[in-house]
This record gives sequence, C-alpha cells and structure tokens, in this order.
Amino acid sequence: MTPPVKTSRRATLLGLSAAIALGPVRLAFAAGAVERRFVVVTLRGAMDGLAAVVPYGDPALAGLRGDIVPPEPGQPNGMLDLGGFYGLHPALAGLHRFYTSGQALLLHAIAGPTRVRSHFEAQDCLESGADHRMTSGWLNRAVSALPRAAPKTEGDAMAFGVDMPLLLRGPARVGSYAAGRIGAAAPDFYTQLAALAAGDKLIGPVIHQGLRERGYAQAVLGTVPAAPEKASAFALLARTAGEMLARPDGPRVAALELDGWDTHVAQPQRLDAQFRQLDAGLVALREGLGTAWDKTVVLCMTEFGRTVRVNGNRGTDHGTAGVAFLLGGAVAGGKVRADWPGLGPGRLLDNRDLAPSADLRAPAKSVLTAHLGVPAQALGAVFPDSAQIAPMAGLLRA
Amino acid sequence: MDVTAAQALVRFGLGPRAEEAPPGDPRSWLRRQLQTQAASDGPTSTEGLEALRADREEKPLPQKSRSRALFIRDARAAITAALTTEAPFRERLVWFWANHFTVSVRRGQCAALIGPFIAEAIRPHVTARFADMLLAVMRHPAMLLYLDNAGSVGPDSPVGQRTHRGLNENLARECLELHTVSPAAGYTQADVTSFARVLTGWSIDLQQSPPGFRFRPFTHEPGAKIVMGRTFPEGEEGGIEALAFLAAHPATHHHLALKLTRHFVADDPPPAAVRLVEGRLRDTDGDLGAAAAALLDIPQAWQSDTKIRTPADFLIAAGRATGMSDAPERALGAMRMLGQPMWAAPQPDGWPDRAADWLSPEAMLRRADVAYAIAGMQAEPDPSQLAEALGPLVRPATLSAVQHAGSRREALALLLAAPEFQRR
Repeated sequence: MTPPVKTSRRATLLGLSAAIALGPVRLAFAAGAVERRFVVVTLRGAMDGLAAVVPYGDPALAGLRGDIVPPEPGQPNGMLDLGGFYGLHPALAGLHRFYTSGQALLLHAIAGPTRVRSHFEAQDCLESGADHRMTSGWLNRAVSALPRAAPKTEGDAMAFGVDMPLLLRGPARVGSYAAGRIGAAAPDFYTQLAALAAGDKLIGPVIHQGLRERGYAQAVLGTVPAAPEKASAFALLARTAGEMLARPDGPRVAALELDGWDTHVAQPQRLDAQFRQLDAGLVALREGLGTAWDKTVVLCMTEFGRTVRVNGNRGTDHGTAGVAFLLGGAVAGGKVRADWPGLGPGRLLDNRDLAPSADLRAPAKSVLTAHLGVPAQALGAVFPDSAQIAPMAGLLRA
Repeated sequence: MDVTAAQALVRFGLGPRAEEAPPGDPRSWLRRQLQTQAASDGPTSTEGLEALRADREEKPLPQKSRSRALFIRDARAAITAALTTEAPFRERLVWFWANHFTVSVRRGQCAALIGPFIAEAIRPHVTARFADMLLAVMRHPAMLLYLDNAGSVGPDSPVGQRTHRGLNENLARECLELHTVSPAAGYTQADVTSFARVLTGWSIDLQQSPPGFRFRPFTHEPGAKIVMGRTFPEGEEGGIEALAFLAAHPATHHHLALKLTRHFVADDPPPAAVRLVEGRLRDTDGDLGAAAAALLDIPQAWQSDTKIRTPADFLIAAGRATGMSDAPERALGAMRMLGQPMWAAPQPDGWPDRAADWLSPEAMLRRADVAYAIAGMQAEPDPSQLAEALGPLVRPATLSAVQHAGSRREALALLLAAPEFQRR
C-alpha cells in the first residue's frame, strides 16, 4: 500500500483533491461490503456470433459456411461442447470454464436497437441504447439513476482505456483509467494546472476528475504500471479493472472495449487471435475481482453479427443478429439462450443474415434493475422508446 | 500578434512556430497557400508494394519487416513536415483528407503504403477536384488492400464460377457511407451489393513490373449494374463512371461540407456555414480549393475557442511553438500515449473531430504529462518570452502562472498544458 504523500500547501489552500492528496483519504472507506458490480465489454467491429457460438446442429450451417467452421466437439481442434446443438469456439476455453461452472450465459440470435449495417451508426445506437444516435450513453444514464445512501464524490463508473466511450458519456460523472503513462510531474504542477483550468467549463471538470481518479488508481495499485505489450494489453487492463472494482469504495460500473472484430478477410486466423485476447481478458477480469466476482455481472456485446455465408475471401461481411455473453458469479449460467430462427431456406433476414429474435436491451434492462438496483421507472430514460421490450427474465441467481 | 493572425495560425494552420513573425495579412497568407501547389517528391507505392512482396516471400517478424521500416520512415517524415512547413493550412488540409479517406496500419499489410497513399492520392488533390481525389483513392493499392477490394470476386465471373469465390462488400459500403454520399442519401443494402459488383476486378498486382493497380477482367462480375437508380456498364469503365456519379452527387457535397465546417468552424457547425461550402462545391464541380477558400468567408471560423485540439494537433502545435524539428520519434511515442497513434485509426471512419471524443479525464491529464516531458527536453525557448509572443493565444492567468512558476521547465509545461493550448 502506498504511504500517505504529503499534500502540498497550495493544494490545501485551493481545496483541490489533487491526485496525491486523495489516496489515503479514500482508503479510509475500505471497510464495508462490496456492492454489486456491472461491467460492459464492447466488442467493436462486429464479432461474428456464428463463429463464437456455432450452431453446428443446424443442418444448413455447413452448406453456408463450408470449411471456416471448426470441427465438432470431441474432434481434434474441435469446438468446446455446449451440450448439443451449439459449440463454443475452441479459443474461448476460459469462457467455457465459466459456462460449465454455471457462470456464463450465452445469448444467441440477439441484436442491438437498429437494423443498419454501418459499424459507426450501429455502435453509436448500441451505446446510446436507442434506435437513433444520442449524445449520452445508456450506461451513464443508468448510473445517474442509481439509488445511493450518500452521493459519491468520485463517481460510480469508470472507463478503462484512454478514450471515453459514448456508452459512458452523459450527466453522471465518470472517471477513466489507462495503463502506460509517461513520467509524471510533481503534484504541485498538477495543482497549478487544475487552478488554471478551473474556470474552463469544458476542460476544468475533466482535469479535476482525472486527478481524482489517478489518486485513486495509485492508492489501489501502489504503483503506476508501465505500458504493456499489445498482445496482453487487454488482459492487463481487464485485471486492473477487476482490482479496482473489487474494492468496497471502487466504481460499481465499468466499461472496457476491444476492437479488431471486422473480419472481412481470413476470418479463421484473425478470429482465433481475437477470441484468445478476449478470453484472456475475461479470465484476468475474474482474477482481479477475487471474491467480488460473486456479485458481478459482465456483459459482452457487439454492434451486429456477420453474414451467414462466407464471402470471397474466407471472411464475412456485415450482418444483423449475433451473440452476447453474460458472465459472472451473479449470473444463472450454463445455458445457451436463444429462440433459434434457423439458417435454412427462407429463414435468413434479407436472405443473408441471422434473423434477430431478441433485443440486447432486454437483458440489459434486467441486469440494471434486478442486479444493480436501478428503479424500474428509470428505464424509460435509460432506454428511451423501448417500453415494448420487456426485461429478460431468469438471467440472475436468486 | 493580433487576434486575426492568431486565429489564422491555430484554426487554419498548425499553430505558430517559435521565432516566426505572424502573418501581416492573415487572409491573403492563407489564400496564397491554396494557390501554390508544391512539387510531389514523397514515397511511392512501387517501393511500398515491393516491400510488401518481399515481406510475403521472406516472412520476417512483423517488427522487422521492410514494410514496418518504411512505415516508420514515412511517419517520421510526415511529422517533420508538419513541424516545419511554411504552408500549414495546406498541410492541415492534407491531414484532413487523409483522415476522411482513412487507411490504417491496423491492417498490417498497409504499413508501407500509407505514406505513398497520402503522397499520390491525397496531397496532389487537396486544392483540386474531389472527383479526381476519389478516383485516385479508390484505385490506390493502399485502399484496395485496407478495405479488402483487392480480393473481391464477381460470383458469375470466370474466376468466381471456377473457384466459387465471391464478393467482398467492405470497400463499396465504406465508399458510400464514409467517403461520398453518406447514409443520409438513403441507399439500400441492394445498392451496396451492386456497387461491390461494379468494383469487382479493381485489384492490385504484386508480380507485374512495377507492381500496382490492375483491373482483372476475369474476376469482374459480368453485366450492367444499377446503383442508386443509375445504370453502370460492365468493365473497368463502370467503376470510373460510378465514382464520378458519386463524387458529383448533392449528398456528397453536403457530407463533405459538413465535415469541412466541423473541422474548421465548430463541432456543430451553423447550417449557413454548411450551406455556403456545399454551394461552393456544387457551383465549382467539386473544387476542393474553392471549398477551402469558402471556409475563410465564414465569420464563425474566426471565433476562437470553438474547437478542441486532437492529440496530434496538440503535439504538433507544441512542437512548432517550442521549435522542435528533429524529434519525430518522440512525437510518435507521445501520440500513442495520448490515444491517437499515427496512421492507426481503429476504424475506417478515421479519428473523430468533436470535443466530446477527446475529453476523457485521463487523456487530458496525459497532455499535461507530455507537456512536462517536452518542457524537460527543450532548452529553448524562454517560457515568458514565448508566452508573450503568443499574444492573444495566452490568457492573463496563464501568463502570470508562467511568469511565477518555480522553474523554467514548469513554466513551459504550464504554458503547453493550459486549457487555451488545448484549443484551436
């Protein structure tokens, strides 16, 4: 644990929570029980749901996808068994362990709020939680609606990564954390900068929030980690996220993202690497969370699925429905949930895509209310114009 | 320096350079830059494709590949050019259009072709016709590889019939959505697929001498195709006609005007400003020089503080202000640290251009870290003199903090990290 660092006189005079002043103060709260946690992992570029959770029991699959489908469970390099009809991609071994221990629920033939095949529009709508682009994200609006005994000054949510995703933009104050910082200046420099920026409506609050989060991160981690190698960067970030969420005074909600899913070409090789990276990240997140895993739900979502047919380059193009994962100790898992639309003649949407049979907002509504405690009457603001989409029941452990 | 000169330097240019007199007549200084077309002596796609061919044969580790070496060379040269150019408005236009037509090193095979792409397809056209830029972009090996058109095969072409290979929609979709008409034009999935058929055969040949673009008739989908209600003939000509049609489409003019005014006027540009640029594009048959000149006539473009600098903008402005010209690799490292690694946009829509996309708490603090690091490396200039030379670009509170800072390094770092230096 970091020893308390002397607060500079100016920091005290200005009444600023400069980074270094903050750590020891926050640690004083570290006594109570961990509240429930919710993590959203956005997979940008459209993860191929039919490659992640393969419906090999559907007789039409082989004819549409040919040799990009891995061998069936039990064969060399085969899919991981999900109890019949579906198989999990062999590179998702960690997720499979969550599944067999009843801690992962795989939602198939599910789609976001829009039926567009543009990454950018679909991602914005997925994060807005609406069928049109908004300037704030549903997770931020959910955080705004969280009941709390006393308002937390440091915010309830945190984005892991340098950017602030649309998902977490909005009225609620949100922190951000990223590894791999360059040598920082003495605390007094940041205090002066915060004073200079204080009058700036746009930048002032952002600098202030950044200093608070840095003080917090340093208190939790002890040191500031160096920049990780690219291949393991996501796993390291996920582990750090888990460690921060595991603290009783940590954020209750976190967002992570992993890009690189737009596999128009050479999909088998590229997806293998992508799935390994995702899998290592989910396992690392679970390790970082420790016992807080029992009170955690993780949602992995992507903007849309990919075409059922393989294209001219052993890849797939932009499609519609795909999969989402729910995992965590609080999830009633060990199942694939789908109202399977089928891949046979006449079953595909526009004769090309897996047809959606569920809306991603349905499980999200359920987790937000039943797990995080967002009041049901706040759902209208979190997911506007979606009264017809009922929360999906039976996702969580009683 | 007066307010107009300051605004010309930061909004249209790349930030004032140390020890350079501000322009006496800012508007003519900017207009002159639109008229002088510098000779092109950049890297070539021939060299890039030869490197790619050798890498495919020899299969070195990605970090040791020829492509990687050329990428680093070209990226450094681009940073140096931005730090030292005396035509910063023209250079900003090059960066703007290169981002509009993003090619990213996240597709590793494009690494050695991004520098050549900008030199051959973007730079020669930034004050010329959009239609010519679009055609040069769509035939460039960098774009054909980045958005996967090089391997797209017409299902009914001879090769498609024999090998059962098919279309790859990627380039066709992004060309409609991002490069030209945008979804506001109301095209359908059928238009995307049909345009992909038009573009079959637009490929590259690594074995021919010199390697480069090649139309492959045996992978081209036979027959005429209809895209957005227009019929285009079979053959390479069909693609050329379709691109000319898209370049001249009113929805394209609107889309380009919106992006230009978002970059040069405000995140949410006034509708009148968009209309002005849109009209200029329509009236001049898509003359990008005329569109750039129209931006100078928009009153709000001369209003300060409406745009937040991207990390790349911030680093180049800091480098120019402190007289840095010989450390491009440090700038490349810092760009990575600030979340905008060079020529590495995560997606084909390029880097975003609104404040909300860059204002994360950690990202803004990292600018302060970088400012402190830069200040530690630069022996010159004197921070107080620099702050005074920047005139209206520095607020009194910052000037006072710089003058009263505890060290030269801290003073310079505060100047570069101050909120007004994050704006352009």
